[in-house]
Amino acid sequence: MTGLGGLTIAVPRGALFTETVDLLAALGLDTDELRSNDRKLLFEDIGVITMRPSDVPTYVEAGSADIGVTGKDVLLEQGAQPGDSRQRGRDVYELVDLGYGGCTMVLATKAGPDPTEETLRRLGVIRVATKYPRIAARYLEETGRQAEIVEVKGSVELAPLTGLAEAIVDLTATGTTLRENNLVVREEIVHCTARLIANPVAHKLKAAAIDELTQRLRALPV
Amino acid sequence: MIHPIPSGTRDVLPDETREARAITDALRRVFEAHGYGEVYTPALEYESVLARADMAEAKPAYRVFDETGAVLALRSDMTVPIARVVASRYATAEPPLRFCYFAHCYRGVAPARGQPRELLQAGIELIGSPAPQGTAEALTVLCRSLDATGLSDYRIGLGDASLYPALMASLQVPGEARAGLLQALVQRDFVELGQLLADSGLSGEAAALLLDVPQRRGGPEILAEAPVQAAGAVTGLRQVLELLADDVAARVIFDLGLIRNIGYYTGAVFDVYDPALGTPIGGGGRYDELLGRFGRSLPAVGFALGVDRLHIALTGEERGTGALLALSDGQLTPAASGSPAASGSPAGLGCPAAPASPATSESPAASGSPDTAGLQPAGESA
Repeated sequence: MTGLGGLTIAVPRGALFTETVDLLAALGLDTDELRSNDRKLLFEDIGVITMRPSDVPTYVEAGSADIGVTGKDVLLEQGAQPGDSRQRGRDVYELVDLGYGGCTMVLATKAGPDPTEETLRRLGVIRVATKYPRIAARYLEETGRQAEIVEVKGSVELAPLTGLAEAIVDLTATGTTLRENNLVVREEIVHCTARLIANPVAHKLKAAAIDELTQRLRALPV
Repeated sequence: MIHPIPSGTRDVLPDETREARAITDALRRVFEAHGYGEVYTPALEYESVLARADMAEAKPAYRVFDETGAVLALRSDMTVPIARVVASRYATAEPPLRFCYFAHCYRGVAPARGQPRELLQAGIELIGSPAPQGTAEALTVLCRSLDATGLSDYRIGLGDASLYPALMASLQVPGEARAGLLQALVQRDFVELGQLLADSGLSGEAAALLLDVPQRRGGPEILAEAPVQAAGAVTGLRQVLELLADDVAARVIFDLGLIRNIGYYTGAVFDVYDPALGTPIGGGGRYDELLGRFGRSLPAVGFALGVDRLHIALTGEERGTGALLALSDGQLTPAASGSPAASGSPAGLGCPAAPASPATSESPAASGSPDTAGLQPAGESA
């Protein structure tokens, strides 16, 4: 095996894919097939499994992958919820901020006067559409606003335009999609980048391989 | 008719029960041979009694009222009930006291594999035996009992709950910053820990140590390389190591960042890992101040194993299909089929504990439940 010292790594398809594969190539993996074959999921000879980003913590927590790359937004969304003991968060180590995939979780509304202010004053509750219901609920609770969270699966920008919600909580890299839909960022919640995570048992039983990898990652030119 | 049962609970049918009994019988023989007497305590306790202990993440989650209005709680572990037993039933008994238990405990967790809300724990408590002797005895019993179940590839992560607080104190971390650093470590978030340290105003050298030391894990050499600021805990770990037999010491991975998120631990703490399972099988540690909260101040140490997790790990080793085994060829040498775990297993998952069980093939459990099919003994290793 020519993988990362015998480690199995979960690699996210989607926005983080290209930069993650570039990183693996910089670490010496033969990534040709990984780049050219987007149907294949399991690349055993280089120890790579590909999946959607939000599945990475699931595979790593269970030990089906020793390590993985995923966005901080995913980790926060699947993280511990204060006051809810059932939601303990993923039991994974967060080892390295990989620096790429930077984007910001924001609260946005339609341009013009902020509609959330009047709604909160007169109705007491705002409706917030999001693909990140836990991050949104936690943020609004922490900032002392009552909110009804409306979970949607795609194109959150549609919600304020159609009256489904007054505001959205969503991830934005450049703000282009928001602007094109006449939405403005009202508040920045948290900046997110790609993270290297590790299974807690692999972190102990494969310590040498994981430490060597993190040292090589930190030594790479940014 | 399908009648539901609460989330995180489950029925255990004869084939699985037989395998689990083989495991608990093997553990019990070792516990008893080392002088640990088995106890039962009530599953329900007064909440006010359990609340004397600082349980942190493992605190009781289920409460009911009795007919007088008193609040009862389902126990979340056996360490606290046994502390109560020692204080009230063994108030004058000469220590050390040795107890073992096989008991269901209840936690309000998100149900996951090997993490139910009702979990069967097997463990020991050694009361009145200080470090390092007591710790070494607990680790020895732990390894002997796992050996007796036939688990072959397990390792023990060994750290000290007092190490990081002592490190923060000796590096003069401001008091208000300590909780945040400890919380990042508990959450296993070294990125957050690094950011907090970078923002803390500590010297670069102190911040680097506080980030680096908890990531050190490996053989005894990491004790020799540990910084002087961690000397107290490291000396304690070295003393434990000196008391361990070679085969027990060979199982130990020293882990300077090991933190168990149960508040009552004071000294050595340990976790049990097996490559066939992505989460620890169990763990334990020293709780030298817990007994004092119940009125009989004695140093103590213990461990608990999740019987379900142990069962999953044994099955995984036997099949060579455990979590970390599936794809890796790393340093772990995954158990091939016909591994020592499968063939030489004293607990013998393949050998029913009750060989004379003619009812099995006609029993409703064996006749068609898909849930039990995967739990059939893999081969005729008997």
